[in-house]
Amino acid sequence: MALIIEVNHLSKKFSDTYAVNDLSFTVNEGDIYGFLGQNGAGKSTTIRMLLTLIKPTSGEINLFEKKLSAHRSEILKQVGAVIEKPDLYKYLSAYDNLSIFAKMSGIKVSQKLLMQQLQMVGLEERAKDNVRTFSQGMKQRLGIAVALVHNPALIILDEPTNGLDPQGIADMRNLILRLSRELGKTILISSHLLSEIELIANRMIIIHKGNKMVEGNVAALLDPAHTLIEIDTLDNAGAKQLLLQSKWALFIQKKIQLQLMMNKTEVPQLIIDLVAMGVQLLSVNSSHSLENYFLSLTTQSGHVEAFAN
Amino acid sequence: MWKLLQIELFKISKRPRTYIAFVAVAAIVFIFQFAFKADGQSYMDLMLQSVKDTFTFDRVQAINGYFMCYIILNTLLIQVPILIALIAADSISGEANMGTLRLLISKPISRTQIILVKFAAATIFTIFLLLWMAITALFLSLFIFGAGDMLVFRSKGDESQILLITRDDIMWRYSAAFAYATVALTVIAALSLLLSIFAENSIGPIIATVCIVIVCTIISNINVPIIDKNVKPYLFTSYLVGWKGFFYIGTDMDGKTIKGSLENWPAIRKSLLILIAHIFILITASVVVFKKKDILS
Repeated sequence: MALIIEVNHLSKKFSDTYAVNDLSFTVNEGDIYGFLGQNGAGKSTTIRMLLTLIKPTSGEINLFEKKLSAHRSEILKQVGAVIEKPDLYKYLSAYDNLSIFAKMSGIKVSQKLLMQQLQMVGLEERAKDNVRTFSQGMKQRLGIAVALVHNPALIILDEPTNGLDPQGIADMRNLILRLSRELGKTILISSHLLSEIELIANRMIIIHKGNKMVEGNVAALLDPAHTLIEIDTLDNAGAKQLLLQSKWALFIQKKIQLQLMMNKTEVPQLIIDLVAMGVQLLSVNSSHSLENYFLSLTTQSGHVEAFAN
Repeated sequence: MWKLLQIELFKISKRPRTYIAFVAVAAIVFIFQFAFKADGQSYMDLMLQSVKDTFTFDRVQAINGYFMCYIILNTLLIQVPILIALIAADSISGEANMGTLRLLISKPISRTQIILVKFAAATIFTIFLLLWMAITALFLSLFIFGAGDMLVFRSKGDESQILLITRDDIMWRYSAAFAYATVALTVIAALSLLLSIFAENSIGPIIATVCIVIVCTIISNINVPIIDKNVKPYLFTSYLVGWKGFFYIGTDMDGKTIKGSLENWPAIRKSLLILIAHIFILITASVVVFKKKDILS
């Protein structure tokens, strides 16, 4: 499978701060690659470097197995992007915006094709209206049309659901899945919501303060084997001692709270054993460890050991 | 490049602010024409006061279309830089403000191409604005006031001069003067474009351009030898009004004007070359700065 994006030891320093620090990852052909991180994690900076808006301080970017710095124009012809907000020329119509950016991408497009693109994002009725009259959702859809008008092989979407209502988010998700499944596009999508990435991406990376924290297959990372169980009892310290002497000791996390990392299917047996040991249970909560890990990054309150580097 | 230039011109043509300059020029010209039509005689009396005993001239004939255009250009070409800055200073900063700059840069177009196309578009806007000035200030004035020989009032050191150019010797001078003014105003466009790279909205570069033009114009008008020798030759504002040189007709030993001649063509040529050098330096600087710039808008 061809490597569409290959980032090696990429860093970007602003003044004294590293916005991106020694970041490496790869995106394969046909991937929907989730780029996850809280606000300020370095997602947009990385995407801007992929699109040559920002020059890296160090490191290398290869797109389509070619060095970006050496083959910029050739590579960017195959890339479509929506970077943060889909800002377009407000004083021009949707049709004119689409036409302008198609020409800038170096392709000849017919009026029919432009209208088809607008139809695909549900804006054919508003083709002649100025963009300043559009809602955020409509601008977002037009931004997607602009990103797709030159039929790129790689689509980069930076927080594409920002500012959208639930229906807009669902529409965007369906559009991304369709682009991947029906048209075979490779998509890199950034988000600060794990739930969003979980629904559409097949591979993902989590970055925090410019550093890679986790990268891998979404199915593997969200494997039920990595379920975090939080137990609350009348005597947590006593319960922990009992568990340490049992077969469950292996699964206990080194935390003050009583936490165990285990396969979700084993939870009923754990409850039976706890009751048998005489532990007075107040609650047993299960959540996926990756979600907890991501939340811990967001709230800056430590992290779950299972995914720590 | 040609396709990009077409896109740029299309965008400029669709922006309402583009037409502010054309409306402003038309308004100023019409006010001048109205004032001179209503009371031009008083102006002419004032200007000819010092020579009324030695110089006879039909004062009604003196206020003709050619004379009107000269008077209007004298005033307008000082203000026009502001109108040029309205468009040129918006070139990059306007895109940054709208958020379209990042989309533009992520297209397969080099940053050098972007700067060159923006500069070409600003130059074309300048040419159109000067053509509009020619239409309103020259041709409309000729229509309203008629044609005739042209009087040129000139201050030369402590002396005042009045030059007379015959009607068949004027039109080429206006063509050359407008061409010179295009080059001079293109320097303003290039300066605005450079300043535009540093800002994320167009107000800053517009104000900065106007401030630089005002400060440099003031310095250009300070008559102190040390400034005359060491500063003025390097200021573009010292050459902005060089177009007037095309109306300073050459004279023979007896002081008679020589048709088709210029008093000091080498000085005009030198001014033009200095202005072109300014354009080259400003655009080169724009390309260098823009190529290094991180687009964070």
